[in-house]
Amino acid sequence: MTQKEIEIILMRQLASYLSVPIFVVDPEGTLLFYNEPAEALLGVRFDEAGEMPMEKWSTAFKPTDEAGRPLPPDALPLVATLKSRVPARSTVWITGMDGQRRKLDILSFPLVGQGHRMLGAAAILWDVNSK
Amino acid sequence: MKVTLWGTRGSLPSAGPETVRYGGNTSCVEVRGRDGTLLVLDAGTGIRRLSHAVGPDDRRIYLLLTHLHMDHIQGFGFFDPLYRSDAEVHVWGPPSTTHDLRTRLTKYLSPPLFPVRLRDLPCRLFLHDVPMGEFAVESLRVHCALVFHPGPTVGYRITEGSAAMVYIPDHEPALGARAFPLGPDWTSGADLAREADLLLHDSQYTDAEYAHRHGWGHSAIGHTMAFARLARPRRLVTFHHDPGHGDDMLDDLVRGARRAAAGFELIPGQEGMTFEVG
Repeated sequence: MTQKEIEIILMRQLASYLSVPIFVVDPEGTLLFYNEPAEALLGVRFDEAGEMPMEKWSTAFKPTDEAGRPLPPDALPLVATLKSRVPARSTVWITGMDGQRRKLDILSFPLVGQGHRMLGAAAILWDVNSK
Repeated sequence: MKVTLWGTRGSLPSAGPETVRYGGNTSCVEVRGRDGTLLVLDAGTGIRRLSHAVGPDDRRIYLLLTHLHMDHIQGFGFFDPLYRSDAEVHVWGPPSTTHDLRTRLTKYLSPPLFPVRLRDLPCRLFLHDVPMGEFAVESLRVHCALVFHPGPTVGYRITEGSAAMVYIPDHEPALGARAFPLGPDWTSGADLAREADLLLHDSQYTDAEYAHRHGWGHSAIGHTMAFARLARPRRLVTFHHDPGHGDDMLDDLVRGARRAAAGFELIPGQEGMTFEVG
């Protein structure tokens, strides 16, 4: 298997130490990693979910707006960031694999490495109802 | 190609009776292609002695810097070919996110830290921001990749035909890993070092020392061995020895690591050693 870019490995290492839920994707949107706090929100351990393409994760958690209308992938901050290479933010309702519905404030930002290489994006998934 | 170690010490030159066998000069390695191509890896204090091995026919010289910490550039101004008007010297090194190699290197190669400015060197000097990926240096191919170490730092894989030597003198692949190594896809330097004929790798600390030096950018010997088991080189040469480690201690360090050398030959890197690769 090809080695991940060094900045992506560092991002994973950092995320694995943070209590903030973090979700990391590559430039094509393939899910590369999410940390333990994100596992609690998504209702499934990363080791069980594994890497998955954007088409899968962008619908797997049934994202909707406040009125319950399904959100297309383009409406998700991470997808917007990958396309525009700028940070994005919005509030999204998801249903975790544990069946729990959660309101998340999602802030995504591009991962641009040495030499301005676009390496992917990361998102903070903030549980609005968390204390 | 032929590989010669001119400096194996890390961090600080450490001359003295206790470092005679392993050497006290900081990082510098000579790589000679079969056609005579002269490629130099890092410009630590070992480069001064390498100067004596550079002949008048060596008019074009290639220097690859892994990064710009002082122990890797301190010898630069003492490399004789820089003062030869008939010499053409190409230097590659990593830029930062905001400054190119010339700007970064000039911080050291200018007064008050050094009396001679880069622009005043008699040789024809060419500075290149090292590209990530592959490029050719005459008969040799160079593959460059970023590795874990504070500040922009790269490792090099030099190939000649099917023979490969890999140079990662400053490397902390275990940084932040809860269980090291995670696997080749999530390990810094794994692609670069994969199945090399010769791997020169950071082994600065004992495992006990590393416990107090997380994030300093170097490997404990245990990490070096684990990295090598992952990368599967034919020969592993320990490198970038801590300035506080004398010859006897380095003997003990390697002796203790031998049982972990599965599938490769473990060689303690000593100044003056030469290796035929390929």
